Amino acid sequence: MSKPKVAVTGMGIVSAIGLTVEENLYALLNGRHGVSRLENFSSKWNSDIFVGEIKYTNEQLTGMLALDPGKPYTRTTLLGIYAARQAIRSAGLKDLSGSRTGLISATSVGGMDYTERYFYDYLTDPSLRPYITTHDAGDSSQQIAHDLGINGLVTTISTACSSAANAIMMGARLIASGRLDRVIVGGTDALSKFTINGFNTLMILSDERCRPFDNERKGLNLGEAAAYLILESEESVNAEQKEVLAYLAGYGNANDAFHQTASSADGQGAYLAIGKALKSAGVEASFVDYINVHGTGTVNNDLSEGHALLRTFGEDVPLFSSTKGFTGHTLAAAAAIEAVYSILAIRHDKVFANLNFQHPMQEFSFVPQSTVLQRSIACVLSNSFGFGGNCSTLIFTEQ
Amino acid sequence: MSEKVYINGIGALSSQGQWHHDLFREAKELSRAVTPVNAPSYKGLIAPGMLRRMSSGVKMGIYASQQALDEASISIPEAIITGTGLGCLIDSEKFLHGVLDNQEEFLTPTAFIQSTHNTVAAQIALRLGCNGYNFTYVHRSVSFESALLDALMQLQDDQASTVLVGGVDEISPHTYRLLQLAGQIKQNDRNERVKNSESIGVNYAEGATFFTLSTLRTQTSYAQLVDLTLQHELNKEEVTVLVADFMARQDRDHQLIDALVVGINGDCQYDGYYDEFSRLFDNIPVLYYKHLTGQYDTASAFGLAVAARVLKEQEIPEVLYWNSDRATTGLRNILVYNQFNGKDHSLTLVRVC
Repeated sequence: MSKPKVAVTGMGIVSAIGLTVEENLYALLNGRHGVSRLENFSSKWNSDIFVGEIKYTNEQLTGMLALDPGKPYTRTTLLGIYAARQAIRSAGLKDLSGSRTGLISATSVGGMDYTERYFYDYLTDPSLRPYITTHDAGDSSQQIAHDLGINGLVTTISTACSSAANAIMMGARLIASGRLDRVIVGGTDALSKFTINGFNTLMILSDERCRPFDNERKGLNLGEAAAYLILESEESVNAEQKEVLAYLAGYGNANDAFHQTASSADGQGAYLAIGKALKSAGVEASFVDYINVHGTGTVNNDLSEGHALLRTFGEDVPLFSSTKGFTGHTLAAAAAIEAVYSILAIRHDKVFANLNFQHPMQEFSFVPQSTVLQRSIACVLSNSFGFGGNCSTLIFTEQ
Repeated sequence: MSEKVYINGIGALSSQGQWHHDLFREAKELSRAVTPVNAPSYKGLIAPGMLRRMSSGVKMGIYASQQALDEASISIPEAIITGTGLGCLIDSEKFLHGVLDNQEEFLTPTAFIQSTHNTVAAQIALRLGCNGYNFTYVHRSVSFESALLDALMQLQDDQASTVLVGGVDEISPHTYRLLQLAGQIKQNDRNERVKNSESIGVNYAEGATFFTLSTLRTQTSYAQLVDLTLQHELNKEEVTVLVADFMARQDRDHQLIDALVVGINGDCQYDGYYDEFSRLFDNIPVLYYKHLTGQYDTASAFGLAVAARVLKEQEIPEVLYWNSDRATTGLRNILVYNQFNGKDHSLTLVRVC
């Protein structure tokens, strides 16, 4: 029995390289990265690190969304609403109420931005307390669901940096199993002192712009973003004669079971996830035209992921690039924004550039695509890996 | 035709101690605002060096998951799926104190590493050497039910034959103090039980409840997990629609409900949802359990354990009765309902096997 097809009928994105899908595409095609110094809040590391920051304050975002400034919206929620509304518009969806529509969102920081701001002040200042219950990961999803008018299945996935891939995967499975007709899937994460300092203690933040898959790579740049896709069943697409942007053809998740934060040297978890995704899509490895790699620019990730690619594809590794040089690593949102980029690669027949690449890694003979390339792209494989050995792969196809 | 799914092993830690045969006979009703887990010794299960670094949530998760696997005689499941409402609060707080108190200096990575929401699922996978599917849901009062839905789909649709699924939430002092200030947790000086609750907020606690699910019925099977549904928002008047829609999609022999398990927690504002729900069923036992476990986002997993245990034993422990209706016939189908603050509703149907 073949797996029911899951169509992508809409998408929305907000990232350091643009507030819309079109702005993101323009930046990708023209090599305009969004990695800069941190400006929206003060940190000891403002002048030491680079981040993929969205240069609008919470107040500005609240205004742009015409939300009530008196209500407690975290930055994660604001970015999420921003991208999710776009996705809904792009798919031409109207009424999202009822049990056949769902929302699966991903976040890792949730409301940490306000928690770290008011953590002690909450004790003495009652006016701040409405923010207390915005701390947990579920808050942003509930707010997004409320804003969109979704009252059916709403849930949140948090598996660190693979979160959004897993939200997309769960959404697709809910459609394939017939439980939902359409589902909004993706992720949202804002920059926070908490994550900046966390990654800093792990000594994997670069003091330069990140250089994924470069032999001289020094670490990652953190970023913030939100992106959502609309997934629909074939019946739902056919009933309304919808335009399909691409299909989510396959997906796989596996656990590296090696270390809480580090990836195994042979990329076992990544290798298994890629294999599961190819199997689920029913395609051979040679069918893949382009890989949007996880490629964070840390010594550990790129080496481990490289070995997983070598094990899967042999020396015939398809064209590949990491787009994190444009956006920074946007954690729980990363797989969602890279899903949007994967679909754009198919729609526009482009391979996006792996920025800042200079030196081939000594371990491998393959190198990332370092300039934007015109090429017929019908199948894109996108990797996302997270703490806890969490490895996920999505495969998007034109047909 | 979907595979049938069975609950073959249960493990739990709560304020009442670990999951064991006499748990309900020995159980004491909670009356404090916050009650910690009654934890066993973790020695022998977790290495001493690890034990010092692990927060209580991780330890509870490892203990309860191992208990659930042991009962079902499973060494490595094909998938590990967890739910947690607030995640690894203790390590999050510890790292945040460091960031705020020392102006972002002198920090070490351990607490940050362990603060990630999927730490419990990851640590279970790591100690079992399980390379399988590994997901963590973090969505308030449907955190566990989201994981359970995923597990059911893994078994019914995705060819897995054994899945470990569970929920865990831990107490941390600062966050729980803030939840008191926000009115979710009762004040420390109140001494109310679920049945005589009159102040705002509820009694909180912590715990972990895990299940080994399988498509094979075995000697240790408790019950069949038939179906579940989640709904983000509904009015009290719409509870009847939620139930009607859910029951309409079940086979006819599953539609006769013999008992209910409800998440009543003493919340004066929102327990009315459970009244609406119970009113839809005539003269059948209504069971509650949060007077024993306290409230936490994944406490509802214990509700499923209650339903499974009652179906297996065909006996309802006296301490679980919310109403005075007693079972008159054999117990075949039990419907479990939970919500929190009028949001995140879930219905779970379990059947005798």
